[in-house]
Amino acid sequence: MSEVARYSRRLVLGAGVAMAATVALGCSLGGPLGSAAFAADTVKLGVSIPAATHGFTGGIVWWANQAKAELEKAHPNLKITVKTASGAPEQANQLQDLVTVTKIDSLVIFPFESAALTQPVMQAKKKNVYVTVVDRGLTDPSAQDAYIAGDNTAFGRIPAEYIAKTYNGKANIVALRGIPTTLDNERWEAFTGVLKQYPDIKILDGKYANWNRDDAFKVTQDFLTRFKDIDVVWAADDDMAFGVLKAIEQAKRTDIKEVFGGAGSKTMVKTILDGSNPLIRADVSYSPKFIYDAIKMTAEARLKGDRLPATHIIPSALITKENAKEFYFPDSPY
Amino acid sequence: MSAARSARRFDPHRFGPVVGLLLLLIVGTALNPDFATWDNLMNVLTRTAFIGIISIGMCFVIISGGIDLSVGSMAALIAGGMILLMNALAGSVGSPVAVVALGMLFALLLGGGFGLAHGYLITRGRIEPFIVTLGTLGIFRALLTWLADGGAITLDNDLSDAYGPVYYGSLLGIPVPVWVFLLVSVAGGILLNRTAFGRYVQAIGSNEQVARFAAVDVDRVKLLTYGLLGVCVGIATVLYVPRLGSASPTTGLLWELEAIAAVIVGGTSFKGGEGRIAGTVIGAVLLSVISNILNLTSIISVYLNAAVQGCVIIAVAFLQRRRP
Repeated sequence: MSEVARYSRRLVLGAGVAMAATVALGCSLGGPLGSAAFAADTVKLGVSIPAATHGFTGGIVWWANQAKAELEKAHPNLKITVKTASGAPEQANQLQDLVTVTKIDSLVIFPFESAALTQPVMQAKKKNVYVTVVDRGLTDPSAQDAYIAGDNTAFGRIPAEYIAKTYNGKANIVALRGIPTTLDNERWEAFTGVLKQYPDIKILDGKYANWNRDDAFKVTQDFLTRFKDIDVVWAADDDMAFGVLKAIEQAKRTDIKEVFGGAGSKTMVKTILDGSNPLIRADVSYSPKFIYDAIKMTAEARLKGDRLPATHIIPSALITKENAKEFYFPDSPY
Repeated sequence: MSAARSARRFDPHRFGPVVGLLLLLIVGTALNPDFATWDNLMNVLTRTAFIGIISIGMCFVIISGGIDLSVGSMAALIAGGMILLMNALAGSVGSPVAVVALGMLFALLLGGGFGLAHGYLITRGRIEPFIVTLGTLGIFRALLTWLADGGAITLDNDLSDAYGPVYYGSLLGIPVPVWVFLLVSVAGGILLNRTAFGRYVQAIGSNEQVARFAAVDVDRVKLLTYGLLGVCVGIATVLYVPRLGSASPTTGLLWELEAIAAVIVGGTSFKGGEGRIAGTVIGAVLLSVISNILNLTSIISVYLNAAVQGCVIIAVAFLQRRRP
């Protein structure tokens, strides 16, 4: 099952597509083409996601369009409309358009903000639209039919356990954090929570680098000035890991043994696969592919007239050289 | 003239940014002895070079009474454009050094071109600079995001190796970007204070109508200030690209605010008419020293970093305030 996992980044979910689909659809999986027998003649599915403003959301958009292309081809009676928004207000407007103009009957939404989108989604649900919420739960869960999310706790826990094990419970760590958000806090608390059990593992400091390569470069430079003996840098994101590596290279520091990113971007996974950088040996999955999974699960369930389980958490998995191949998607932009 | 100059010399407010920077340096050294090391100071100056060079161009634009909000997005688009061009040329042009040289030339031309386009829309199009550059802020970044497919545009490895020394190399122990920053500062200072162009820029900023009546070709001078800023953004990008060898939609994010803050903290009037290149340079250094100190210590919660920066900026602006 872990083989099926996928991964990715800040938002979410990564894994378990096939498994997810199997669990979700249960016995009805058997005949994807016979689906029309159960449900409405056609399914109009709306997909509302953030616009591609950085690597991860770029991946979201790419995977959403990938799902549209594949599913519409497989099911002639399925119509998918993908809308991208650059902020919560725009997303709320698009949602209205999807319901009133496009007349969707199912919705997969990746909300910008939980609170701001709860009412607009509730309005859609009142018009009998089947709602799957992805990644960020709404403040009022009764506005959603299904919730699919990634595992942010595992995003912090897995690297912590990996480091503790690899370094036999003894290491000096510096950490980068993303942007101050609950998501970042969850990861940070999970990470520090595990390492508290190891008295010889010291987290020297953790600073925000905003999920940004340049900020990560600067913060790492300063960490390197400040701490003379570092074993591991928890970059907590593959983009940030990129800046970290450049800073270490510039400072010609040899004490650092490993840089642990996060999300499983294709460049990082490729590096692990090829073993081309001794500092990069593992990563944790958290892939934008979750949006593909969510669309596929929702579309197939609706075509059959099924419902999805109320909550589905896509697990994050540890990526190492042994399993990296399953996490490598060369065509995805992320 | 010389009387006015010496009178200003005794104005303590003129030295606000310097005093602010000195205080920060003392605080930094007291908090962490590693702060005062040569390596750390060079790190700080090197990373200041991008914003610093852009600030010098921005200083001219602000003195002339204009503004450019697009510089961060422009830098990102130039970075993406030059990387794509260099990758494409790598096959047909033999030497990586030649490819990099062409890429650098392209970056400067593109920057100058974007700047002149702004100037043209502002002077001939009669559109407010705020609106023109707010528009291009969105356009440039969106174009980069589109070119990058939402991800990152990355320079080929061979080229990266050839280009690396432009950021990572040093001359006489001082990193290349710091030299370039120094040269641009000196050139900017001479241009502003010792040439007719510099006087026209200041004249237009103090009173555009009067400048017009004094037969200054206002449109042309304004056009050139934006072109100059564009070239500065090009230079900054040329230094930026070899650092990470990539451009992504987060490249240059909020650089415009940092550049504008450096100019204003450095004692240039936001209303135009008067400004200082030396102050701008100090302003830019001061802004990066703040975050450097915050990174080197952990006495303040990371949640409050931005608040500390805000307090220092306001305090320094207060030190250099003008008398009514």
